[in-house]
Amino acid sequence: MSQTAHLTPPPAAPAGWKHFISLDNRYVAPIFITCILLMGHLSFGILESYQRTLLAIVVSIATELALGRIFFHKWVHPASAYISGISVGILLRSPAFWPYALCAAISIMSKYVLRIKGRHIWNPSNFGISAMLFLAPETVATLSIQWGNYLLPMLVIWVLGSVIIWRLRRFHITFTYVVSFIAFAFLRSLITGSPWQSEIAPITGPMYQLFIFFMITDPKTTVRSKTGQCVVVFLVALAEMIMRMYQIVYAPFYALFIVGPTAMLIEIWLDSRRASSEKLAVAH
Amino acid sequence: MTMMTTGSRIARAALGIVFVGLLVTPLVLKRLSARRAADRSSADVKTTMARHGFYLQEVSQAAGIRFVHEAPALDPKLESIMPEVASMGASVSIVDFDRDGWSDIYVVNSAIGTRNCLYRNLGDGTFKDVAGELGIADVNQPGTGVSTGAVWGDYDNDGYDDLFLIKWGRPELYHNDQGHGFTRVSEQAGLPSWINANTAIWFDYDGDGLLDLFVGGYYAEGIDLWHLTTTRIMPDSFEYAKNGGRKYLFHNLGHGKFEEVSERVGINSHRWALAAAAADLRGSGHPDLFIANDYGVSELYFNDGKRFHEVGEQTGVGFAPKSGMNAAFGDILNQGRYAVYVSNISEDGILIQGNNLWVPKQGTSGDAIKYENLARDFGVELGGWSFGAQFGDLNNDGTLDLYLTNGYISLDRNRSYWYDFSKVAGGNSTIIGDARNWPAFEGRSLSGYQSKRLWLNDGAGKFVDVAQAVGVNDTYDGRAVALADLWNRGVLDVVVANQKGPLLVYKNTVTPENEWIEFELEGTATNRSAIGAQVTMYWNGQQQVQEVSGGSGFASQNQRRLHFGLGKYPQMERAIIRWPSGKLQTIDKPAAGQLHKIKEPA
Repeated sequence: MSQTAHLTPPPAAPAGWKHFISLDNRYVAPIFITCILLMGHLSFGILESYQRTLLAIVVSIATELALGRIFFHKWVHPASAYISGISVGILLRSPAFWPYALCAAISIMSKYVLRIKGRHIWNPSNFGISAMLFLAPETVATLSIQWGNYLLPMLVIWVLGSVIIWRLRRFHITFTYVVSFIAFAFLRSLITGSPWQSEIAPITGPMYQLFIFFMITDPKTTVRSKTGQCVVVFLVALAEMIMRMYQIVYAPFYALFIVGPTAMLIEIWLDSRRASSEKLAVAH
Repeated sequence: MTMMTTGSRIARAALGIVFVGLLVTPLVLKRLSARRAADRSSADVKTTMARHGFYLQEVSQAAGIRFVHEAPALDPKLESIMPEVASMGASVSIVDFDRDGWSDIYVVNSAIGTRNCLYRNLGDGTFKDVAGELGIADVNQPGTGVSTGAVWGDYDNDGYDDLFLIKWGRPELYHNDQGHGFTRVSEQAGLPSWINANTAIWFDYDGDGLLDLFVGGYYAEGIDLWHLTTTRIMPDSFEYAKNGGRKYLFHNLGHGKFEEVSERVGINSHRWALAAAAADLRGSGHPDLFIANDYGVSELYFNDGKRFHEVGEQTGVGFAPKSGMNAAFGDILNQGRYAVYVSNISEDGILIQGNNLWVPKQGTSGDAIKYENLARDFGVELGGWSFGAQFGDLNNDGTLDLYLTNGYISLDRNRSYWYDFSKVAGGNSTIIGDARNWPAFEGRSLSGYQSKRLWLNDGAGKFVDVAQAVGVNDTYDGRAVALADLWNRGVLDVVVANQKGPLLVYKNTVTPENEWIEFELEGTATNRSAIGAQVTMYWNGQQQVQEVSGGSGFASQNQRRLHFGLGKYPQMERAIIRWPSGKLQTIDKPAAGQLHKIKEPA
């Protein structure tokens, strides 16, 4: 997950007391995800250990700083890498230490290696976690059932997450996905004959909260238009639905892994075509 | 951002190479690990003996044991997920019920109308089922539930071990009539009418010389699994459930009567207990109680002789919730301190809980003892869907090894229930807690057909799995493991009870170079079964402590006799016995290669 950043320039620093309660949008998502981590661990012990999560964060930030310095000749703001690291630290489950470091490094490096026209097309932690699940399934899993199954903590996350995502002007993405998921869940229930409750169950679990609030809303790896963003997450939910029909446990990760970059590539191609047309028009 | 310079291009190419290198790292690690495992498992018997010092041979048929476990068929409302809700029940316990000096085997069955078996050891390499003639076979009658385990202890100190039958149903206590028969005394003892339990242990928690009985409930005791009034019987959380069965501590009042005192002495839990074991973990002279819970954290109760104090979180064993299915103690580092082994679930790419090996932290002891999970460091972490495990020195080299059985539900090899399982297990409590919300099993497997683990302890902090190499090749759905010197040869044999599978008897052949010593204890002031008595063996400048147990592992009980491997050319120093009464008894230079029968001195 990259940072859920604002789309508009940050407002000028407010004066007086407002200065203390107004927060740069760059820090909103890191603070929110840190709160989720702390709440989850202090109440449910969700982490394998603080050390593993810390390792993922440190490797993530260190990789970002080093690669930013090498390729962009500047110190990149670490907020995005922090979110990627903490996401890896929460979502990845492994008794070993090395998968946390490897996944964090792969996640950040993917931003620098897999670039088209200067834009990275995969959500970093989605890429890293999907890669680990593909390549090291005997060592890693993701956060799925290692959390409380109770409603209250989920309600807190939903309310807080919605408010924050609204503030960041990306609530429509989360909302579209959730509505699509629920609709597809009922459709799956009709097709497979499974109880609808079992089809709805995943979105009531912890993994999805990180997925819907952080991963699919990543501004760097979503298309620009609001309508396009809604269409893309609908397609993510559709791809997930199809994968679920084939009983793929990590369907949401893989769906985003496929649909997200495809949408990005299409947008980049359209941009490129538009730019060519404009050049031609100017030439004529 | 542009990367147009030659230097940038080179840097980017280098980054690409590193990136690909990182991506293939897990594959390389996997290949190396697979090669090492293949090297270990591809040896003939002679090489295996030379390399590991022992091998196992499955001999149940030759020994006259043809027992196949049957699972219960519960209320039809559970039909769609019957393989899961009826996935436990297989159990085995070792007892010398007739005191003829040969270990016998009691094995339970779990379908209504099936019979339990007591395999009397004939001493000639064969066994004969005598449960029917002794009155402890037909114990799964309609309306009384079914057996899920058994533990043996001499509750009335008459010299003969009595039988407590663990059930999903009416728990039963059978008095052993001097090895000639059993008398049902459940009502006289004051047992409740129904408990859905998978674990029980005998131990003398208050040191009064009378064995007490702990029983850990799994499903809530108000549920009759054959006549359900609701389908909301499932755990309300996969790892934080507290809607399981209650716990019972039956204090032995003497004269065959027991009093339930759990709440009064500080045990008040409704977690889903699957395994319990007791040992003096702090050197306090009182047995502490460890409970491994499914769907939640483990619990550790310190015992001050009168009350229990739950210290799971304080000691470190009770914070991270998993799916505890086993509790076994072993002095794995020959330091005179017990580690605790708890089994959990590991399924590639889906759920990697990892088993726990709780080892006392350096510098902590007594009431301030803390544990750290060193399962990964020691190499005993990943064992599939793990169930019963026991420590024992299987090659007599002087260090405790670890036998683990596993495998949950083996049905269709090509279709897995894992997708549906993970889907529901992560859901809200109102969804997971109702059996109606669980998708139908439809003949699929769930972590089935798994290879077992037999981890050899190198004595230096590493265990290596040699199961395939030494002859443990079965892939049944293993549940209970019990270790015993079945043929009085100075080696530990292995008995494994499998769910809906045969009882397996692995006969052990150990290199004669490695020596051994065994102790059979009988209490006088202490309970006569000597449960809770500790023997610390000193030899070659090292020590190892073992304790007589009234049940450990998962739904199992090892022989009460204590077996120590000593390795080659042992320099015997002494054995110190600490009886539960507090008496210390020292035996100087005990002879190796012998069973020492010792009665508690007056």
